[in-house]
Amino acid sequence: MADAPHIPDEAETRARWGAFEWTAENAEQAKKVIARYPAGRQQSAVMPLLDLAQRQVGAETQTQGWLPVPVMEYIGRQLDMPYMRVYEVATFYTMYNLAPVGRYHVQVCGTTPCMLRGSDDVFSACKNKGLVKGSTTPDGLFTLTEVECLGACANAPMVQINDDNFEDLTYDSMSAILDDLAAGKQPKIGPQVDRQTSCPEGGPTSLKEMVGENHDYRGEWGTTAA
Amino acid sequence: MAEDTAPPAPPPFVGPLDDKDRIFTNVYGFQDWGIDAAMKRGDWDDTKKLLEIGQDEIINRIKASGLRGRGGAGFPTGMKWSFMPKESKDGRPSFLVINADESEPGSCKDREIIRHDPHKLIEGALVAGFAMRARAAYIYIRGEFIYEAKVLFAAVEQAYEKGFLGKNACGSGYDFDVFVHRGAGAYICGEETAQIESIEGKKGQPRLKPPFPAGAGLYGCPTTVNNVESIAVAPTILRRSPEWFASFGRENNRGTKLFQISGHVNKPCVVEESMSIPFKELIDRHCGGIRGGWDNLLAVIPGGSSVPLVPAKEIMDAPMDFDGLKALGSGLGTAAVIVMDKSTDIVRAISRLSYFYKHESCGQCTPCREGTGWMWRVMERLRTGDADQSEIDMLFQVTKQVEGHTICALGDAAAWPIQGLIRHFRPEIERRIAERGAPVMEAAE
Repeated sequence: MADAPHIPDEAETRARWGAFEWTAENAEQAKKVIARYPAGRQQSAVMPLLDLAQRQVGAETQTQGWLPVPVMEYIGRQLDMPYMRVYEVATFYTMYNLAPVGRYHVQVCGTTPCMLRGSDDVFSACKNKGLVKGSTTPDGLFTLTEVECLGACANAPMVQINDDNFEDLTYDSMSAILDDLAAGKQPKIGPQVDRQTSCPEGGPTSLKEMVGENHDYRGEWGTTAA
Repeated sequence: MAEDTAPPAPPPFVGPLDDKDRIFTNVYGFQDWGIDAAMKRGDWDDTKKLLEIGQDEIINRIKASGLRGRGGAGFPTGMKWSFMPKESKDGRPSFLVINADESEPGSCKDREIIRHDPHKLIEGALVAGFAMRARAAYIYIRGEFIYEAKVLFAAVEQAYEKGFLGKNACGSGYDFDVFVHRGAGAYICGEETAQIESIEGKKGQPRLKPPFPAGAGLYGCPTTVNNVESIAVAPTILRRSPEWFASFGRENNRGTKLFQISGHVNKPCVVEESMSIPFKELIDRHCGGIRGGWDNLLAVIPGGSSVPLVPAKEIMDAPMDFDGLKALGSGLGTAAVIVMDKSTDIVRAISRLSYFYKHESCGQCTPCREGTGWMWRVMERLRTGDADQSEIDMLFQVTKQVEGHTICALGDAAAWPIQGLIRHFRPEIERRIAERGAPVMEAAE
């Protein structure tokens, strides 16, 4: 696969990450996560722990993190799972990065609903800022990935950058977001047009009372069976 | 009785819905999602009384409401619940799994429920879990819903703090826990058995059925997997009566539904409407019409990417419900309406879906693993016309060989959009091939 991630050299990785351990805070969180599942079923916690580990690696490297082999082995030991079972999970799900990414992971949705609303323009904006699909910019700031439907289709086209969604994009608004991030500013999260979440642009066509107050519609229910 | 013929039944109510009959009143998030605000809107209002209705009677009322599963397949929800064992003969607990792995292209309703009205879902989890005698619910939320998962974790915590969950939930004497499990980016985990595998900490590859989850599901225990919307409407149905819910939509297609309209409408949105609302009314009322006017409409994918598209003239007056769209050779799916106007490159739009299925195939069954890639590559050639006319039929045949020959429905879902395209837009594909001319056999690929 041409777009397969370039996994760093193993000896180097071991030297850097061989001594990986949870931070005190994450060790506490890991315990909480494992407690969500029945005794003896601790393998269920592998997905949340991989996510936690990726975030810790990210925090240590000022990026969005990835999963070096020694880190996966560490999780396998904690959950009493063979390393291969951990690796299987890490490679199956797209949100686990098998190779380092930049400080901002720009994930542009390219699936049909976003495509219809102009995700091509969003990709052009990325391209013109020097972002290349599947790789990280030389300054380590941006990694661009084309992802499949992120479930915000009524606000298409959209991009997820790190933990935030930016929606209702155009070429210009996407360019502005990338500029802001490069300059260390926080762009506005959510719809980039004047719009409340997935409400129709220009104001709701239903439930108008809810705009101004936490309206309780029960008084209008009329008689209903108990 | 003077007459022996019954009076004709009144025509079914097909919208528009009154605000007072909308279940998800905070769907746009104008107000706070937190538990105090949610309680003022009517959530968690004497839930104990709902549980006192009794387990079998709750299931009966859900059956009577005519609620069909909102995740796409449309299986009657009450009947699904009734498959769960009434008592555990061997000490195994039962589980409820709530499917919030919303990944079907076009679908974005569970996201709105979770980030703006999470307490409807959590209260529904308790009511449904109680009715099916489950010990706990796992809510499987897709990994990319990062903000939504944060809200959900916090909302569950709020419910515990108020004593609505946990030991003696809502003072009912019933113990019930709700856990949140985050996915990590795999469409296939929306399939119920793949979701169970994923919660168990494995790759999300679907299981062979039988055994069905109601017999042996999560951790080998009886399990029911339900969509977020199916669970979240349950408390309101019980509060307002099954007859109220059944008063919307046509026979066999009852209730209200969150529609998600994307694509080439003037104002894409998510909106709750009556089932069976005609397509044109739905778009005119809530989406400001089709971009460029109704004459500019080309085709609609009415239920998310997995259902075949419907050409403009057939969809216009169609009732948006399970049976109405089935009659058009398509389906309601999750009610994710993807609208395409005449500027659309229709072959590219469907080819992009083929790429989606290629990307998301779990790789377990050969017809799907190999077929999705093969179909996408042919679709890409049809897009540019770099093909032979005979390849259209060949592609159709291959979709038929993938369909129905895989463990789960992903193979079918990959096949149907292509079949719909060939059925309705064959002349367009033929035109592209003809315009490009016969393929030049210069060198072997």
